[in-house]
Amino acid sequence: MSLRESLRVAMQALRANRLRSALTTLGVLIGVMSVVLLVAIGQGARSEITGAIEGLGSNLLFVLPGDGEFGAGPQRSSFEVDDVERIDRALPGGEGRAAGYVIGAEAVQAEGNRFNATVFGITEHYLGVVDRTIARGQSLSPSDVATGRRVAVLGASSAETLFPGQDPIGRTVSLGAIRYRVVGVLERVGTTAFGPDVDRQVLIPVGAAQRLFGSTRVDAIFVRAESTVGIEADREAARAALAERLDEEEFSVVSQDEIIGVVGDILQILTWVLAAIAGISLLVGGVGVSNIMLVSVSERTREIGLRKALGARTRDITRQFLFEAVALTGLGGAVGLALGIVLAEVVAAFAPVPAEITWWSIALALGVSVLVGLVFGVLPARRAGQLDPVTALRHE
Amino acid sequence: MSGPAGRAPAPLLTAEEVTRVYTLGRDNQVHALRGVSFAVDRGEHVAIVGSSGSGKSTLLNLLGALDRPTSGHVRYDGRDVRDMDDAELAQLRNGSIGFVFQSFQLLPRITALDNVILPLVYRPGSPRERRERARTALEQVGLDDRVTHRPGELSGGQQQRVAIARALVTEPALLLADEPTGNLDTRTGEEIMVLLEELHRERATALVVITHDEEVAARAKRRIELRDGLIVTETAA
Repeated sequence: MSLRESLRVAMQALRANRLRSALTTLGVLIGVMSVVLLVAIGQGARSEITGAIEGLGSNLLFVLPGDGEFGAGPQRSSFEVDDVERIDRALPGGEGRAAGYVIGAEAVQAEGNRFNATVFGITEHYLGVVDRTIARGQSLSPSDVATGRRVAVLGASSAETLFPGQDPIGRTVSLGAIRYRVVGVLERVGTTAFGPDVDRQVLIPVGAAQRLFGSTRVDAIFVRAESTVGIEADREAARAALAERLDEEEFSVVSQDEIIGVVGDILQILTWVLAAIAGISLLVGGVGVSNIMLVSVSERTREIGLRKALGARTRDITRQFLFEAVALTGLGGAVGLALGIVLAEVVAAFAPVPAEITWWSIALALGVSVLVGLVFGVLPARRAGQLDPVTALRHE
Repeated sequence: MSGPAGRAPAPLLTAEEVTRVYTLGRDNQVHALRGVSFAVDRGEHVAIVGSSGSGKSTLLNLLGALDRPTSGHVRYDGRDVRDMDDAELAQLRNGSIGFVFQSFQLLPRITALDNVILPLVYRPGSPRERRERARTALEQVGLDDRVTHRPGELSGGQQQRVAIARALVTEPALLLADEPTGNLDTRTGEEIMVLLEELHRERATALVVITHDEEVAARAKRRIELRDGLIVTETAA
């Protein structure tokens, strides 16, 4: 019996039991669809987050509290404003490449409008280092920062919320009980799915923020390298400068690439876990296929006996039923793939979570669905092939 | 056509001291055949008769190469069925034997034409060639106007004709008919027997009819009667 003929006979049998075939296929379909969809979401999250980190600007070094081991939990910062200046002076080729910040949440209000903002207390070069630009007004001046003057720069959304339809420059906002004069508004960055909305920030001089939060520390320090080539020299300079005052365990200097690498790895594992969970439903679908194929074999015992009497070999019968199983799962795989892609697009369009279809999830879904058919079809198909023609023909 | 007294050709099939024992339980053995010997020549018409339990169904299975004897030999063209593997048996059934069953054994979901094509699927050939051969076979049994009907849309006699077309489409050396008129009324049964005999004569195909119906048996040139697993009489008409 030719392959083409086997396939034709298999399709004929599946058509004969349309509803049953459809329901059996549904199990595999849902499995493949979930694999494709969840992997797409996992991959999308990964690109979004690594993209967000990249969006901080390339050539960025992060000076963070702690020894830099992931999973060690948040570390209490030992950095002071002086450390920012110490690093800046130590960097080769001029100053203005290091910036520190202290971060906190505080209710901000102005003229009856109020919301909870992320408040950044920043040092002089912060905006330049993280690559943010002023849309209106001006940045915090060196003297604002040096004296901890009560002035503020608003994110684009913050400005709209507090002063809808008005020019916020020169007006006053309150953080807690303290009033600040607005000197500038930042260019809009746009939303990302993950992390805080940077357009809802309120930026004030670091000294003012430390007074507000009752802190003497700086939470983290950023260093902008002049080029990817200079990044190692800058890292060494920053490390040496801090080591004058702090222990090695109290800080670490990591590059953007390293953070992306680690975060990317974690999210890749997350993607695989999602795929594995979806894979379980594929497995359940496979068991369903096996089950229904056994029913089919027992229903068609006489047909099998007849085919053997007419010259079918054990091999021909086995192959016929194996093809049926694979046709069921293959069809489920193809439709599940299509639905998974469509759903991923829908998710991408309506949810803040992006979805990204990767070629390997497509190949995996189709390959696995065919494999599921083979694995779960083998038992029923072998049983069919080994039926004794005499008994099978007499079967009622 | 040479009779038993004429020039003797090599027999198409021989059974030599064939026994078949079914083991149903530890101490329950059924001796369905207890040593049966006979030969069927090419183009011969033989009836095998016996009441139920005589062993004739067992003999049919052995002659049809659907089963192997417990002892003794069934030979086709001198080749022992016992020495054949699964693929060789399948090839023998496909190439040399055409089955006609009492209950027709048609697949209900496919058309008459597809039913006739069924044995051709297990041999080389193009789909188009198969369709043509099957169409010709249906013409020969007088069903050229029922090609696209499904078995359920056909009368019993018509269904048996489809089954006969399926048996002869492979041009077998032996037509093996198991109670071919058993599910039909007398007149239709008569028509079916006439058709089988016509095809047997035209194509020089050996025809072995297994039956308990003496009228059907009487039409054969030779009659072999089984009782309790043994041949009790063998007579030439």
